[in-house]
Amino acid sequence: MTQDDLVWRIAGGSGDGIDSTSRNFAKALMRAGLHVFTHRHYPSRIRGGHTYVEVRASDEPVRSRGDGYNVLLALGDSFARSTEDEAYYGNEKLKPLAENLDELREGGIVIYDEGMLDEDDVADLDLETRAEENDWHLYPTDLRGIAREHGRDVMRNTAGVGVTAALLGIDPSYFETLMGESMDGDILDANLDVLSDAYEQTQEWEFTHDLEVPDGETEGEQALLNGSQGIAYGAIDEGCRFIAGYPMTPWTEVFSIMSKHLPKVGGIAEQVEDEIAAAALALGASHTGAKAMSGSSGGGFSLMSEPLGLAEMSETPVVLLEAQRAGPSTGMPTKPEQSDLEHVLYTSQGDSTRVVFAPANAEECYEQTRRAFEVAYEYQLPAIIMYDQKLEGELRNVPVEFFDRETHPDPGTILSEDEIAEAAHHASGTFARFKRDAEKGISPRSVPGQKGGRHLTSGNETNEWGHICEDPENRKDQVDRRFSKFEHIAEDLAGDESLVTRHGPADADYGVITWGSQQGTVFEAVDRLNADGQSVAALGVSQIKPFPAPEIEAFIEGVDEVVVVEMNASGQFKGLVQKELGAYGEKLSSLLKYNGNPFEPREIVEAVENTAAGDRDAPDDATTFVPATGD
Amino acid sequence: MSTFSAIDQDREIDREEFTPGVEPQPTWCPGCGDFAVLKALKGAMADIGRSPEEVLTVTGIGCSSKLNSYFGSYGFHTIHGRPLPVARAAKLANPDLEVVAAGGDGDGYGIGANHFLHSARENHDMTYIVFNNEIFGLTKGQTSPTSPMGHTSKTQPSGNAKSPIRPLSLALTAGATYVARTAATNPRQAQEIVAEAIEHDGFAHIDFLTQCPTWNKDAKSYVPYTDVQDSDEYDFDVSDHGEANAMMRTVEDKLYEGEILTGRFYVEDGRPSYGQKKREQGEMPAEPLAQRYFEDGEWERSIDFVKKHT
Repeated sequence: MTQDDLVWRIAGGSGDGIDSTSRNFAKALMRAGLHVFTHRHYPSRIRGGHTYVEVRASDEPVRSRGDGYNVLLALGDSFARSTEDEAYYGNEKLKPLAENLDELREGGIVIYDEGMLDEDDVADLDLETRAEENDWHLYPTDLRGIAREHGRDVMRNTAGVGVTAALLGIDPSYFETLMGESMDGDILDANLDVLSDAYEQTQEWEFTHDLEVPDGETEGEQALLNGSQGIAYGAIDEGCRFIAGYPMTPWTEVFSIMSKHLPKVGGIAEQVEDEIAAAALALGASHTGAKAMSGSSGGGFSLMSEPLGLAEMSETPVVLLEAQRAGPSTGMPTKPEQSDLEHVLYTSQGDSTRVVFAPANAEECYEQTRRAFEVAYEYQLPAIIMYDQKLEGELRNVPVEFFDRETHPDPGTILSEDEIAEAAHHASGTFARFKRDAEKGISPRSVPGQKGGRHLTSGNETNEWGHICEDPENRKDQVDRRFSKFEHIAEDLAGDESLVTRHGPADADYGVITWGSQQGTVFEAVDRLNADGQSVAALGVSQIKPFPAPEIEAFIEGVDEVVVVEMNASGQFKGLVQKELGAYGEKLSSLLKYNGNPFEPREIVEAVENTAAGDRDAPDDATTFVPATGD
Repeated sequence: MSTFSAIDQDREIDREEFTPGVEPQPTWCPGCGDFAVLKALKGAMADIGRSPEEVLTVTGIGCSSKLNSYFGSYGFHTIHGRPLPVARAAKLANPDLEVVAAGGDGDGYGIGANHFLHSARENHDMTYIVFNNEIFGLTKGQTSPTSPMGHTSKTQPSGNAKSPIRPLSLALTAGATYVARTAATNPRQAQEIVAEAIEHDGFAHIDFLTQCPTWNKDAKSYVPYTDVQDSDEYDFDVSDHGEANAMMRTVEDKLYEGEILTGRFYVEDGRPSYGQKKREQGEMPAEPLAQRYFEDGEWERSIDFVKKHT
């Protein structure tokens, strides 16, 4: 460990309040001055089923979920009406306890609800023996009993927080304040009683562990938010005032946040019949001059293939989101994967002119969403933000001042009526919307309702007036003009270190390249490797198209070997690197993970150590190592 | 100069202003019913005094959807079956525009049928003209959703075993507040109905019968027709949902028996359009979204929302 951290896992059934409890727990630690990071694991069902959330806290910035955890709060299942009754998901009464023990670190703490598990059940787990072997510290507590005494069964989560606070030395007033912010009346009173009772009772125990919450102090006021919130807030600040969508996990969260906030800032949010319509609506709004977005996850994005192509051909600016989950088809709805890269790059017919970003964390989600709008509206093409189920829901603390930015109420390349009057027109009065000689390949546009700007926009190839044209010379000119935008976009984006982030020593022997949501985990692994005496640098790529060829080539040239880390089975990003650079097959190996869980730092550490030792094995059963073709 | 000064101009409009002058000749076949729609639309715009620059026509794909290549307003020629969602958003984003969506029977009743149902259900304030010639024309004569049962084509060589779709009844059931049928062979009525539909506050659907002289020679050229409003034989209340529905069933049955009935079949005034509802609920601004980019006024910032996460 290169940092002093504590990872608390709360486990139970969906419906036990795991999400809200963990959010409050993370917020309490953030307010106590710590850096926090959460990791969510949940099944694709509404109630019941095993779910957990981890909250990692440290005195230093946290980049990933870390390896394993050290405090388990195992709630029962809310549907187990009594210990004799079968739980909702069958008779697996021990699930929140049994399912989670494998990843508990040595010296860890287990708090479980003895009110819902009898001694025989626990004996089946051989818990005492395992605790002795791993130096675990067991604190069976009648959480349900405490909850019942002051309120209802479901307040077991509050009781568990009270016990945790006492065991780890967290001031319970943080939780009291947070509860006061989200509840009132009898519910608040009951919860406060449960909390203080649990806290007081625990204080009287004999503690056998030596874990406690680290001391920390963050600078300035912090906000706790996830990638979805980063995207939504970036869009709002960049002037997005229209969103249309159809619900699909995990994209739905951005859609919900935007639906809640857009009307407050004078925008429009629309839930519509399907994703084809959703993206088509975004184009309709953009065509009339609004900054517009839509989005979906893999399956829904497949439907958007048509309007995406229309946006490219008709040069209609739009921002689309692609929240990846494990595929193909409906795959695993609540599990992350990075396997839609080729889908996003190549879907829809014809040669594509789209820009693609893949942010690393909540801050980059904000920044790159703004960037996506900026590029889309300046260059009149679709820009896509790829993220995934991991980034969608993981919370981390970001300084509030990060969001203290200027808004951008610029209509992009839409001309004012005065400017239109000066621009080229056909003798008939039609505006030369797609005139070829425009700077940077951009043809400034008019929007319906503007005087002097009438023209036709089409999904067919057109001439400069926007009229359908199959003349070979015109076709080549128009394609060349649209493609010429990319060199200018690449120039605009060059040098942005949040898009291509180098991490680690300048003269490293080994390199790790990754993209999107795995960047934080890789950077943490690289820090650990260097602390252990290795010489490793990492490159985190958030700019997918235009492909940052010079930066990636320079990185690969500078090291002996490179491991490309990504969450898919076919090495899609590695394939893209080789396609774009036309070389390096002998230098690039792949570390892949596609079991539904994101990478843990130790897997990357081990893979690089193996590589350095000339060993081509995967670090564990959960990952796959594909050696470079030169091996 | 304001941002959208082309809107609400108070002047006489000449129908010829809608001839774009860029695309010289329509590529429609001689005798095609599509010419009648173009003519009716130009006339209607002049009748109600809309200027070319305050009108947006959104079309799908097919012969019909070339409409806006020959119509000199703002136009967006989109993709097969998708004009409605594009048009809906354009109207929401700029409520001052006059938005007309158009496409063919394959476009609108086949691939785009789902959008048709939902656009009607939501009662968007716009006009939707479907050029119904009972055939896929531009792809050279395949069976369409409105082709009669038994119709043979290269893709249905043994004859169409499906009964044709009932567009008027569908529009009504889904929630359209203006439903009419007119025919290319009745230009006076067509122009009146198109003008009425454009002025209607809500979703106005026109099933426009257009003969295809090339690929659907067997089909009637929609003469003789009867205008139900001019006929003593048909007496029903266009504002009564039940009577309108019964009348539409009759009309849709008779079409395939060779009797062409046209006219207004349902007109509901007073139901607020979707945009109006959204504005009443405070979910949508009254002014065009783009207006604010030009006005460059006070902009809300996300930091106010972020503070809730501290």
